[in-house]
Amino acid sequence: MTSLINTQWTQILTSDFMLQAFIAGILIAIACGMMGYFTIIRHSTFAAHALAHIGLPGATGAVLLGLPVAAGLGAFALGGALVIGTLGKKVSEREIATGTVLAFATGLGLFFARLSSSASQQMQAILFGSILTISTAQIIGFAIFDALLFLVMCIVYRPLLFSSLDTEVAAARGVPVHALNIIFMAIMAGVITVAVPAVGTLLVFALVITPAATASMLTRSPLSAMVVATLICLVSIWSGLVLSAIFPAPPSFIIVSISTLIWLITRLTSGQHDVL
Amino acid sequence: MSTPQPEQSAQTPTASVQFSNAAISRDGRTIWFNGNFTIPTGTITAIVGTNGTGKTTLLNAELGLLALSQGSITVLGAPAGTQNHRIGYVPQNYISGLDSTITVRQSVLLGLTGTRFGWHRTTEHQWQQVHEAIEVVHLQDYANARLGELSGGQRQRAAIAQALASKPELLLLDEPLANLDIASQQSLVDLLATLNTAWHMSVQVVSHDLNMLLPILTGAIYLLDGHPHYAPMSEVLDAKLLTHLYGTEVEVITTPQGDMFVTPHSSAHHQTIDTHNVLEAAQFHAHC
Repeated sequence: MTSLINTQWTQILTSDFMLQAFIAGILIAIACGMMGYFTIIRHSTFAAHALAHIGLPGATGAVLLGLPVAAGLGAFALGGALVIGTLGKKVSEREIATGTVLAFATGLGLFFARLSSSASQQMQAILFGSILTISTAQIIGFAIFDALLFLVMCIVYRPLLFSSLDTEVAAARGVPVHALNIIFMAIMAGVITVAVPAVGTLLVFALVITPAATASMLTRSPLSAMVVATLICLVSIWSGLVLSAIFPAPPSFIIVSISTLIWLITRLTSGQHDVL
Repeated sequence: MSTPQPEQSAQTPTASVQFSNAAISRDGRTIWFNGNFTIPTGTITAIVGTNGTGKTTLLNAELGLLALSQGSITVLGAPAGTQNHRIGYVPQNYISGLDSTITVRQSVLLGLTGTRFGWHRTTEHQWQQVHEAIEVVHLQDYANARLGELSGGQRQRAAIAQALASKPELLLLDEPLANLDIASQQSLVDLLATLNTAWHMSVQVVSHDLNMLLPILTGAIYLLDGHPHYAPMSEVLDAKLLTHLYGTEVEVITTPQGDMFVTPHSSAHHQTIDTHNVLEAAQFHAHC
């Protein structure tokens, strides 16, 4: 049984790369917690999931050209966000267009990855995340993004909430709903870019959507839902880091497992919804 | 769009809504045209017409959300779209709140502060206004309930409370009675009557069934043959006019107690009346 536990886990936890990962965890949790709630009330969870995949060819393409992964990922996600943001209002049409672009982008990502061996090597990290290899430069980037996000949210919080929940009424009262939709999608692209290094494009749902869904079952005001979502995100990431140091399992797996477990327990005990 | 007349200042609300030669078209198709009427303030007006005649379009035109192709609409003494902060709007799709986890009081608060950019704390006074609006619609026991936990009738009243939070002078409701059981319909009609008498609010209700609203209506905007018309209730309750409006033969029945209701004609053999027969409908085209 001893082989299952890494005996040097205390040393791992106090190492520099772990400290970097813990700091990155805070910054990722803040971004995901703030935006997850809006993603759910705007019924944009599929768009959020799709943006991560649309970012994939950007990420592998960046490696191909020798650019930072985050730059390519962010640029493609932003482009995809602006296109989805301007797509028709009809949910069915939007979802079909989003899904089609999602599939094409994933294929393109694979094609770029095959063009160079270094992109191929990074493919797994992009798909499933590598929070333990986050650099100081990335952390600074996350911090700047979080500060900008907080500033923008302070300005647009109420109108964005109003237009998300009651689009027609908000439009009638003069809220610029179309501009806010574009702003929301652009911020979402940024959040995806921040969250992908932690859990990868395939598992990003577990950090952006799942904690916010859990939080809105537990709280009764939008602001407290955002705070609770941030805390659930943080607990998932940090305990994922600690447990991955103790047990031989990848951090991404443990992070999404904890996020899912908290959601499942909340759903089973809150009683307001049927299970699944 | 015409420029506002100097004497038509927002402070002299003699008419809640005024159409002059108003016409609207979408995608090159004229929805309705030649709208000429004035609705006094303090009235309850039904907006009636068969499906596709442009009832919701008419509300959107009054809100200035759709541009007119001709003429002008004046709302609360100023061009349509400029006084929307004085209008409460309750759209049809309140059903979208089905899975909403937001609470009644948070939703109503948005009706008061949802248009404000920047960071503001909600003041005690604002919460008081929110709770007043919730009390008016009798949802005080559900203030902390999530919209998704409410019944259809309660959700409809929560949507009205949101519209009331900013104390509007004109309330526009799109099909508020649809999908409600009779008891919920009746309590909604009573609520509209209270808002009209106690809050001196002008009300416009899109509805395809007049019966529930008959006791409280002052008049109706009816969409017939591509024109919006307005008439007081005494003129609207004409079996021939209503037959054209409903597209099937109806009669107006007065009970011995004095209640009136509209019902399909008993001898009608389910034939469809051609509501677009210009000659037949010409007699109802007396523009006011």
